[in-house]
Amino acid sequence: MTDKNNLIVYCEYEDGKVADVSLELLTKGRVLADRLGVKLEAVIIGDNLADIEKQVLPYGVDTVYKVEDKRLYPYTSNPHAAVLINLFKEITPQICLMGATCIGRDLGPRVSSCLHSGLTADCTALEIGDHKDPKTGKEYTDLLYQIRPAFGGNIVATIVNPECRPQMATVREGVMKKEIKDPDYKGEIINLDAAKYVAPEDFVVEIIDRHIEKSKVNIKNSPIIVAGGYGMGSKEGFDLLFDLANTLGGEVGASRAAVDAGFVEHDRQIGQTGVTVRPKLYIACGISGQIQHIAGMQESAIIISINNDPNAPINTIADYVITGNVEEIVPKLIKYYKKNSK
Amino acid sequence: MSLNIIVLAKQVPDTRNVGKDAMKEDGTINRAALPAIFNPEDLNALEQALRLKDANPGSTITLLTMGLPRASEIIREAIYRGADTGIVLTDRSLGGADTLATSYSLAQAVKKFGKFDIILGGRQAIDGDTAQVGPQIAEKLGLPQVTYAEEILDLKDGKVTVKRRLESGVETVVAPLPCVITVNGSAADCRPRNAKRLQKYKYAVSPSEKEKLSDELKAIVESRPYLNLQEWSAAYVDADPEQIGLPGSPTKVKAIENVVFTAKESRTIENNDAELENLVKELIANHTIG
Repeated sequence: MTDKNNLIVYCEYEDGKVADVSLELLTKGRVLADRLGVKLEAVIIGDNLADIEKQVLPYGVDTVYKVEDKRLYPYTSNPHAAVLINLFKEITPQICLMGATCIGRDLGPRVSSCLHSGLTADCTALEIGDHKDPKTGKEYTDLLYQIRPAFGGNIVATIVNPECRPQMATVREGVMKKEIKDPDYKGEIINLDAAKYVAPEDFVVEIIDRHIEKSKVNIKNSPIIVAGGYGMGSKEGFDLLFDLANTLGGEVGASRAAVDAGFVEHDRQIGQTGVTVRPKLYIACGISGQIQHIAGMQESAIIISINNDPNAPINTIADYVITGNVEEIVPKLIKYYKKNSK
Repeated sequence: MSLNIIVLAKQVPDTRNVGKDAMKEDGTINRAALPAIFNPEDLNALEQALRLKDANPGSTITLLTMGLPRASEIIREAIYRGADTGIVLTDRSLGGADTLATSYSLAQAVKKFGKFDIILGGRQAIDGDTAQVGPQIAEKLGLPQVTYAEEILDLKDGKVTVKRRLESGVETVVAPLPCVITVNGSAADCRPRNAKRLQKYKYAVSPSEKEKLSDELKAIVESRPYLNLQEWSAAYVDADPEQIGLPGSPTKVKAIENVVFTAKESRTIENNDAELENLVKELIANHTIG
């Protein structure tokens, strides 16, 4: 039996602007919905939502559910969870996608727990495919393959939810590509009465102060990234990478191990649990290349690996491999760049 | 006001230090080669609990963990740092649980535990990085949740004020008690072990560990109630067998692969001045840089 229920994306927004990650998921959602032959739906919960559908419809959205109430913005857990839980009971989507953001990672588990549906966090790929249960032999068609590195990035697992609906997954910003399908795409707008979906007692947590600040670091959009690993040894070790990045007009990124060790701030973490980047040039300095790091940078146009270890895994995906000390090689790259650029 | 605090914690393989022998030849994980540690963000949560205890004398901190019997190691670690006691929820039938089955099992244990004021836990565990169990336990217990907590600023009149660290900034929220709070790695580090507590609680053991002690030590443990940690089974917490372990997990692992990257034709650049300069010139010429 094929599931003809729809695919829905929970869209977050801040300051009237729908988050990039939500638009990326709509782009992916459109492809998956076409493959399944179902509708792509979006749900937006908050306040001042007039015209907000204009931001999402071009991604090929067939239905936009809007739930508006001034108490629903800014986001708090219980009210948004209540809306989704009640809405999903009504419209029974087969797939629900959310951003793996502070909001999506707070909301998704709460909804999945109540609906007893499986949720997979931080997926790096989503596909549709069949599944046969190895024990019962039962066959399932067109399930959502939720693919993610696991175990600290040492393996990649494909997860399925054979029996429970919706099949839920979160994906980090930048992992999927954002692409408009049709600027004039026509979809249906459905305004839902918030009072029917959320009860007064759901508003239990009160926000008393909020400082929203844009991140100072913008590695996602930088055309050149100089990234360092744990092998850089210290905060000071990273100074050299900042020198190279500044010289080339790029940004500094880091592996998770380097961030965990406190060498640089978390904003600079590249990989499955950090940012996914696709720069023109990626210079990996002292990065061995765990899967979870590679997942976040393998689509870089040109990759240079500088590493003491000639067998570092990252070398297999690098265009240029330089074996040697970062401390020795990076200053030379700076020197030769200054010498040869205008 | 004295508080009854539960800290949720997990003993995890140290995935941050995966050595060359961490993978077996058949591509599966060699768990034995990985040291088991106290999940880092659970230590941040423990510190917030200890601060609440400092500010509210007479409070008790109970560490609750689900895992193998050896997970009592992290209970001792927590006690050395100031926690009072702990419970290991351990049962073969709990194995293979996904986050939903895990949170159901832990929620059952919390219900068995009885009255409490606040539940604290780390944001996520480093072996899965899902951050799902905290909110799912909150939902199962019908409690509000505060995730991404960086600091508990105040707790009075049945309300807790928490600073949250989000990707886009900082938020301060007030939640009613009881509630579930998950703590970020950006929160204060956990205080170290206290030497006196280390001596006093060195032989704090679970029932299964007690069995392995000498008769002499066993007698000591039995004469001192504070040295007796608890071990609870799935049946003891009235867990529905359909909702725990592998059968209770809606998500199934379809396949696990060692990743093989599509290897590119890498060019090796010799580490000498001429080759490095040529590389830079080439990148400038094809407009990659400059």
